[in-house]
Amino acid sequence: MNVDRMLAITRRELLKFFRSPALMLLSMLFPMVQLAILGHSFGGRIRNTRLAVVDQDHGPQALHVLEMLRVIEANAKTFRVVTYEDQRQAVEDVKNGKVDGAMVIPPEFSRKLYRHTGPVLGLVVDNTDVFISGTYQGQIQLLVNALNAPVVDPRLPPEVELRTVELYPFIEYIKYLLPGSITLAVFVAVMLGGGIVYLDDKSAGLHEGYLATPVTRLELVLGFNTAGAIKATAAGIVITVVGSFLAGLTTVSDPLRLLSAVLLVALTSTAFICFTSLLMTRTNNPMMPRAMFSILNTLLFFSSGAIYPTSAFPPWLRFFSRIDPFTYAVHGFKALLLKDTGFTAVWPDLIYLLIFTVVCLAGTAALFKRTL
Amino acid sequence: MSSTLVEPIQAQLPARPADRGDPAILVENISKTFKLPKGRVFKSVGDISFRVEKGTAFGLLGPNGAGKSTLIRMLTTLIPITSGRAVVWGHDVATDPNGVRQQIGVIPQAPTSDGELSVYENLSIFAQLYGVPTNKRKAIIAELLESVNLIDRRNSLVKTLSGGMRRRVEIARGLLHNPKILFLDEPTAGLDPVSRVAVWEMIVRLQQTRDLTVLITTHYMDEADRLCDRIAIVNYGYLVALDTPKALKQSIPGNTVIEAQFTNVPEDWCQHLEQLPGVRNVQPEAADMYRVLTDDGPRTTIAMVEAAVRKNVQVKTLSVESTTLNDVFVYYTGRGLRD
Repeated sequence: MNVDRMLAITRRELLKFFRSPALMLLSMLFPMVQLAILGHSFGGRIRNTRLAVVDQDHGPQALHVLEMLRVIEANAKTFRVVTYEDQRQAVEDVKNGKVDGAMVIPPEFSRKLYRHTGPVLGLVVDNTDVFISGTYQGQIQLLVNALNAPVVDPRLPPEVELRTVELYPFIEYIKYLLPGSITLAVFVAVMLGGGIVYLDDKSAGLHEGYLATPVTRLELVLGFNTAGAIKATAAGIVITVVGSFLAGLTTVSDPLRLLSAVLLVALTSTAFICFTSLLMTRTNNPMMPRAMFSILNTLLFFSSGAIYPTSAFPPWLRFFSRIDPFTYAVHGFKALLLKDTGFTAVWPDLIYLLIFTVVCLAGTAALFKRTL
Repeated sequence: MSSTLVEPIQAQLPARPADRGDPAILVENISKTFKLPKGRVFKSVGDISFRVEKGTAFGLLGPNGAGKSTLIRMLTTLIPITSGRAVVWGHDVATDPNGVRQQIGVIPQAPTSDGELSVYENLSIFAQLYGVPTNKRKAIIAELLESVNLIDRRNSLVKTLSGGMRRRVEIARGLLHNPKILFLDEPTAGLDPVSRVAVWEMIVRLQQTRDLTVLITTHYMDEADRLCDRIAIVNYGYLVALDTPKALKQSIPGNTVIEAQFTNVPEDWCQHLEQLPGVRNVQPEAADMYRVLTDDGPRTTIAMVEAAVRKNVQVKTLSVESTTLNDVFVYYTGRGLRD
């Protein structure tokens, strides 16, 4: 193999890429926007909803419940209390979305509570919105636990007490999303700067010029892939640094950690460009990568655990997740950027990405047509 | 058709190396078929044979879709040969394609230089691909840019150049590695007359100064007449004539072409024209236009006018010219150019 000829292909691709900053920016814009929008819209606390309260008791314990609801209203601001007289109207308004939930304090509630004869509080939620209904159930359960707490502390503590140790400070969703966004940025750069450009040039006849020279099939494949990997690595490094800044992560300020992240970005880029090359090697229609982009984006990104844990997936999706290179890239970035781990946590990811690269590269080299 | 058509091919391919009097290009019964949907096949090139001597310019003439580009792509290793054999500068196209690529410069029909890169960058990248030594690249590129009159535009992006200039970039690119054979696929297609002449002059000059063998495909008869030592006419994938331009012109009946347009022609007017003195062939064309090939231009012209007067036919236009390659082309392919 002649390295100089391979580098000629790479040089040409890179000259074009760095001459078109718009393309570079575009490849980073989509993941950045996604990070900013998804990161700030998911995982935040539910606030300023409306909770209808129907007090049919008017006793002292009902007032106690109302006081506790007002405390939540004033501090956590999860909801504003809207008092209703009619239970049926309150339920109807939950259905119509005028309020987000309704709490019913039934008649005789205080009396039953004093007599320990099974007092009940009613909570009506719109369970088509799992986030708000889940938040309501959690908050009201805390309220109920407080009501159930004994007035006098027991002489013996409960038999089992769970104490949770959180290894890291609270991770906001935007930080959780960052590894997926970096991986996605690499993928977008690969599709824009690799697959789409490759087929556009091919359909414009530019490859005919190459094929008339003594350049070999392997040199061509390696030349295109090296260029694509460099482009995607550049985009990936930028979004790692800028995205960390946006998400409020300071881990990249550690040079060793940044270096490890750069290595992972480079390997992820190489794996992805080899994968797209394999998909494009027998394709001539320049519309194909555009059509494939949204499918691949959904298929690879969402099944990787970038936005939701893979343990919640059904078995078939978990299997796909296990072979998805995104999964390993996302896991690696999480380990390097969100956790206080060393390189040992990411080497299985690196090995998988390396094997994936070699398999795709071998497939591309075997399938690549040296003729028109 | 006369005996000047398809030249007999040597049965035995040369076992000797290419530099001992062997032809620059030897093509033997070469064919190309493409598979179509539903199991059908399309034969683009059928059993073509010819040879091109070193240092000569060889033209492949034919209308659009005749198979010229397919043929040139097979010879330049861009597409595989279905059957037959081609040897380029001693290297078998099928078994030693890289040997062929080292010896040839290719200027494809559609421009393949990258419009987003400068002239110099395009040439520099291809110099790298052709394995031109690093320390010689700059000098070679400068020399070639001088040759194609583009030294002042070396830093211009290719997309900003005119069509003629782009062609010249392609020609310079094809010569970077000092090839023995230059393949030009319709080098002046789409160019204005001035640019065409400039490209022709450049090809002739480069061929002479670099001792190049040139294979050129074109559907411009004047281009082939001006540039080529020998011409092969291809039609529907088959070779229909092959000889020098002069011999090809002599091969068709008549040495003069009369083109005349009439009005009020009777139904048997074509037969009347065929019976005129010296007439060898009459080709009716659209709108009552007739091409008459004759051995005696002046006599036939006078007789044609007299016949028209006798039959009350009006002569609308009349031109008398010596036989051109276009006449040869029309004679062999049976129609005008198919643009």
